[in-house]
Amino acid sequence: MNIYSIAYKNLLRKKTRTALTAGGIMLSTWVLATLLGFNRGYQQGLNRDIDNMGFQVLLTAKGCPYEAATLMLKGGTGLRYMPENVVSTVYKNPEVEKVTPMLMQGVFDPNKGENGAVAAYLGVDAATFPGMKPYLEFKQGGWFTDNKAYEAVLGYEAAELETREVGDKMLIPGVDREIKVVGVLKRSGTQDDGTIFLPIEAVQKLFGKQGKLTGLGIKVKKDADLDAFENKLYDLPDVQVVSMAQVKTTIMNLVNSARVIVMGIAGIALIIAMAGVINTILMSVMERYAEIGIIKSMGALPLDVFKMIWVETAILCGLGGAAGIGLAFLTARLAEAAVRYFLPYAPNGALVALDGGITAFSFALILCGGLLSGIYPAWRAARVRPLEAIRSEGE
Amino acid sequence: MENNIVISAQDLSKVYRRGSEEVRAVDGISFEAFAGEMVAITGPSGSGKTTLLNLLGCLDNPTSGTLSAGGREVFGGGRAPGERELTLLRRELFGYVFQKFYLIPTLTVEENIMLPGAFYEAPGAKAALDVMRLLGIERRYRHLPGELSGGEMQRVAIARALINSPKVVLADEPTGSLDSRRAGEINEILRSLTRQGITVVMVTHNLELAGRADRRLEIRDGKIHAA
Repeated sequence: MNIYSIAYKNLLRKKTRTALTAGGIMLSTWVLATLLGFNRGYQQGLNRDIDNMGFQVLLTAKGCPYEAATLMLKGGTGLRYMPENVVSTVYKNPEVEKVTPMLMQGVFDPNKGENGAVAAYLGVDAATFPGMKPYLEFKQGGWFTDNKAYEAVLGYEAAELETREVGDKMLIPGVDREIKVVGVLKRSGTQDDGTIFLPIEAVQKLFGKQGKLTGLGIKVKKDADLDAFENKLYDLPDVQVVSMAQVKTTIMNLVNSARVIVMGIAGIALIIAMAGVINTILMSVMERYAEIGIIKSMGALPLDVFKMIWVETAILCGLGGAAGIGLAFLTARLAEAAVRYFLPYAPNGALVALDGGITAFSFALILCGGLLSGIYPAWRAARVRPLEAIRSEGE
Repeated sequence: MENNIVISAQDLSKVYRRGSEEVRAVDGISFEAFAGEMVAITGPSGSGKTTLLNLLGCLDNPTSGTLSAGGREVFGGGRAPGERELTLLRRELFGYVFQKFYLIPTLTVEENIMLPGAFYEAPGAKAALDVMRLLGIERRYRHLPGELSGGEMQRVAIARALINSPKVVLADEPTGSLDSRRAGEINEILRSLTRQGITVVMVTHNLELAGRADRRLEIRDGKIHAA
């Protein structure tokens, strides 16, 4: 017989009330853990996506930099053009380690989906692009034989979608040109999975964009001053500089702004759950007023009674909190799907990243909040005077 | 005989204020209870018998007078013990039995009896079994209070009062909720405690049961009318 079993059994007296209160705590914990997990997952995903691009700076033709950045993160580049000679201009800078030109083209494919859709092709330089993306591995085949060849390398998902493998031929709608699939990439978990890569000169020729690029990826040397280098690039005419670090910061600022609001809502949910805890435990104390008086008449000290009520609160919050953490794990993929549906850009990979730190923090916060809520009812119970309590029952 | 005094009250009074009116619930009562003695306190409703019992059991503070329990002066000479001291004294000396039993409905018979052990070091399962045997409820040890008859519930309440081996059992209308047969059984149990040296002070309206006590105090208007 100990104080914990008494506290636990006390909670079982009003099962529905206990379940509802624990349910409130569960939902608060779920919201809290999911939001924290989302914050971490989104940040990790964004970092991963940007790091996997292989370059720190992107040059595009003048236009909206955020549109260009979003298109890039979604697997394309800004659809404005800049002259190809920018490659040699940029390469002259001592800070530059590698550059890779890109030309993105979109063609309406009437056979895609029910009503047709835009098929996107990314022209890349077979000599420089693979070096920027060393993590790309081939499931079948390899890169193009040269930059003029009518050949294609398909990302893992693109190959699945198009049901193509090495040796197959694909027709590019609009230009009526067959290209041969020479490589299929393994899944990389990045936007490259959904991309169809073509040699850049072939794309320029096919779409009549000779001497034009939509983007230039720049990898900077490790010891280079990135800010100073970016300032130099600003002097180039008709191009704009998109720093991936800035893009990351901008997106995270937007996400953080939304997070503050959502965390505020989570805070309100937490406060409501705590109010529920106070109400439940206080009601329970009032209902057991005489019993508490008897316990004190039997020799229990105020601190003993305080502990008993506080343990009840801790059990209630502990059970609710644990259930909330479990629910957060169970519904993580569902929450992720909802976020992907509502957000214009969501990085690849797990968006709700729940780990030991987040679950421990959420659980501890709920438990602390619960214990804080339990102080007043426990204090009220500890102050019960045995005689008054017994008399109150008799009246 | 004096060495056997367990409770000694001298000129004990308890005064309440009800608005502007002063109510002397206990009015200058002097009383001694001896080890192994059964004392019945009787009197009409509102005469002050429960208030006297509460004062004797250190559940209430007297307005004036002195009270000694277990050979120690508790109240008197301007002395007013703190809550902790009173709690420890109650833990050591007294067992309480009430008309309404006050058993915890979610705990089994055994758990109710061992309840004090949840809060401080108290005798365990062996002692609980002994008192259950003494009161004839050992077969009901896994039952919840709701599954017991009134008489059985009062036996459990008495067992709970006895688990700490008190020197004094204070019983407030212990048979008030029971039929005459069960009341007689409970009275016999309380009577049997005296043979083990336990003092039983019992408030009752039942004059027949009071007649079986060693001593009977009749209280009227807060004073001992007859002893």
